[in-house]
Amino acid sequence: MTQANKITGAEIVIKALIDQGVDTVFGYPGGAILPIYDELFQQKKIKHILVRHEQAATHAAEGYARSTGKIGVVFVTSGPGATNSVTGLTDALMDSVPIVVISGQVPTFMIGNDAFQEADTVGITRPCTKHNWLVKDTNKLAETIHKAFEVAGTGRPGPVLVDVPKDVQFASGCYTKKNEINKTFIKKEPSIDLNMLDEAINRLELAERPIIYSGGGVINSGQSAVNSLRNLVAGTNFPITSTLMGLGSYPASGKNWLGMLGMHGTYEANMSMHGCDFMLCIGARFDDRITGRIDAFSPNSYKVHIDIDPSSINKNITVEAPLIGDVSHILRTLTTRWKERGSKIKKKKLETWWKSINDWKAVKSLGYENSSNVIKPQYAVQRLEELTKSYNRFVSTEVGQHQMWAAQFMGFEEPNRWMTSGGLGTMGYGFPASIGIQIAHPNSLVINVAGEASWLMNMQELGTAVQYRLPVKQFILNNERLGMVRQWQELLHGERYSHSWSDALPDFVKLAEAYGVKGIRCEDPTNLDDCIREMIDYPGPVIFDCLVEKHENCFPMIPSGKAHNEMILGEQTEDNRISDDGAVLV
Amino acid sequence: MSLKLKKGVNKQSAYNLRDPNLDYEAAHTLSIIVDNESGVLARVIGLFSGRGYNIDSLTVAEVDPNGHRSRITIVTTGTPKVVNQIKAQLNRMVPVHKVIDLTLKGKAVQRELAIFKVVGTGNQRVESLRLADVFRAKVVDSTLKSFTFELTGTSEKIDAFAELMAPLGLNEIARTGIVALLRGDNSS
Repeated sequence: MTQANKITGAEIVIKALIDQGVDTVFGYPGGAILPIYDELFQQKKIKHILVRHEQAATHAAEGYARSTGKIGVVFVTSGPGATNSVTGLTDALMDSVPIVVISGQVPTFMIGNDAFQEADTVGITRPCTKHNWLVKDTNKLAETIHKAFEVAGTGRPGPVLVDVPKDVQFASGCYTKKNEINKTFIKKEPSIDLNMLDEAINRLELAERPIIYSGGGVINSGQSAVNSLRNLVAGTNFPITSTLMGLGSYPASGKNWLGMLGMHGTYEANMSMHGCDFMLCIGARFDDRITGRIDAFSPNSYKVHIDIDPSSINKNITVEAPLIGDVSHILRTLTTRWKERGSKIKKKKLETWWKSINDWKAVKSLGYENSSNVIKPQYAVQRLEELTKSYNRFVSTEVGQHQMWAAQFMGFEEPNRWMTSGGLGTMGYGFPASIGIQIAHPNSLVINVAGEASWLMNMQELGTAVQYRLPVKQFILNNERLGMVRQWQELLHGERYSHSWSDALPDFVKLAEAYGVKGIRCEDPTNLDDCIREMIDYPGPVIFDCLVEKHENCFPMIPSGKAHNEMILGEQTEDNRISDDGAVLV
Repeated sequence: MSLKLKKGVNKQSAYNLRDPNLDYEAAHTLSIIVDNESGVLARVIGLFSGRGYNIDSLTVAEVDPNGHRSRITIVTTGTPKVVNQIKAQLNRMVPVHKVIDLTLKGKAVQRELAIFKVVGTGNQRVESLRLADVFRAKVVDSTLKSFTFELTGTSEKIDAFAELMAPLGLNEIARTGIVALLRGDNSS
């Protein structure tokens, strides 16, 4: 290749992103990434969203990725820029969200010299990415970026990072096109184990007390997986429950829906998991929030586990029939073969099973005592759900009690509508995620259900929301407490509330006004509906300060170290005190 | 410690002491083919330390200079469940091409090389040389007061030699850790 065909590393980065179909980047400039920002300035195809902190850039990219099914892209500078992205990378790794972070680095000849804003970025991010690269040769830059997108988006999705030293951005090199790279590094999906599949179908046909337990893998696998799941549920009439990450893959209004399962899941979902004789786990990973006490988890069931990641199999729970591969592919094959064999199910037994489930449903485990003079947080979420469900709506959350209430009381009819930090539990996720979602869906209603403490962790993003005129609605359930921490201290630590209240809170309405956005405060249950409507109708960002009951606990709850059938439904009794063994668990 | 005999057992056989539901830890030798790129060893070791797995022995060197591939040989200890997790986690890594569990795959040749420095005079010195001969250790360096031996063999053999040399003035040991390949004419 002649010199004339060569372009600078910075140009290569932009060209590669365009080649990958990227139209939006979230980022923050700095010394070591200036050449890339200079290129960004001179083109029109990629829109850059300037965040106010690099952590927010990664969460915004996650929100963008999860609400669209595309890959989120982030630019950060070296040193502090890169280290600030670590939380977002870890969050994306835990929740299998595909994002590509491109970080500036000090020039290659200064690496290792403790240069200004130098950090060992690939070293620091090695355990929190699916893979990462330090590019030392401009000629390899395009290829590496294309590889990064392949790794992020294929198999079980996840975050990747490409570290680009400043001299590599300035130097000239050859560009490699997206379809010209060698793809041998991509892990091949194994072919379906048909014997295992048939054995699973045998058990499905004989199941007397079946349950389908689905997770985020169904959503990651795409619309065809969601359709297959819905067909299977409709065909078999099996009950279905989902993890926090899986909400929306089966519609909340569907007749077989049991609600979310796990630590704060419904009574019917957890009792069904405990009592079933056949469990079909689809794209979920038997997380400790789901299983409760491992040795008492669903003791009498035959377990089928569909997962694209072989390391998820038998990690926490030993299963009888592992099926490794893409959910959509396996579910389609399973349903087709089951239908070919005559669509058999144990109809009579299934009816009996549904009777037990309906008895459990009748317990109404999400019930709470409402009040006429103070807003109960559950009531606030219920009203929010009621008044917004008819909209083209996307919901993100922060982490804590409000997150669980949102999961319990909001209904999702479609996938990719619910964005929350599940695995890592990152307070501060929701606000920047709502920004990423709104960027991807400019005409939709985007609501972040928040707690005041979580929200404050990334409140600087108000600037971003204002700058890009993003009408994100920040629905803050303000109990002036770190609610979930306070709840655990009440249940586990003798009601000694060590540092779990939010002292010196800002006046959220004035804070909104300081940024030129709308602030609404509501503390009277009778005004709640009007205030929520005002929030929806306002054509710009809103901070909704909803003052709620301060000491409300989130129930039902499986206490640490207990099994599914040992849920606490309401306030504490002597019997369900958490044991010392349970207390060490988180 | 009291013997835990199962109900109905009248013979004190050692087999009855073993809880059949408990998984027993065993050593596994894993052979891992990886791209020889910077950071690959850190990735593999980071996986072990980050997830709390054991490394009993580790060796690494490039074995295919044209294909830029290295072979990492790791000896790890764990229950079958943990060892399966380790293999699945390793297989997930982008630069990992193949993970072979030599312990499960069949018979494997497993060897270690060690260098021993033995310092002494008189009978001690003669005796160390005589034992070295028995073990087929090579003398690779010597002074009037010392021998440096090179020994290749199984880890057990090297342990045995070290134990014998201890009273004879064993001063320092360097060991490579295990390298291993499957026996027979198939490549693993």
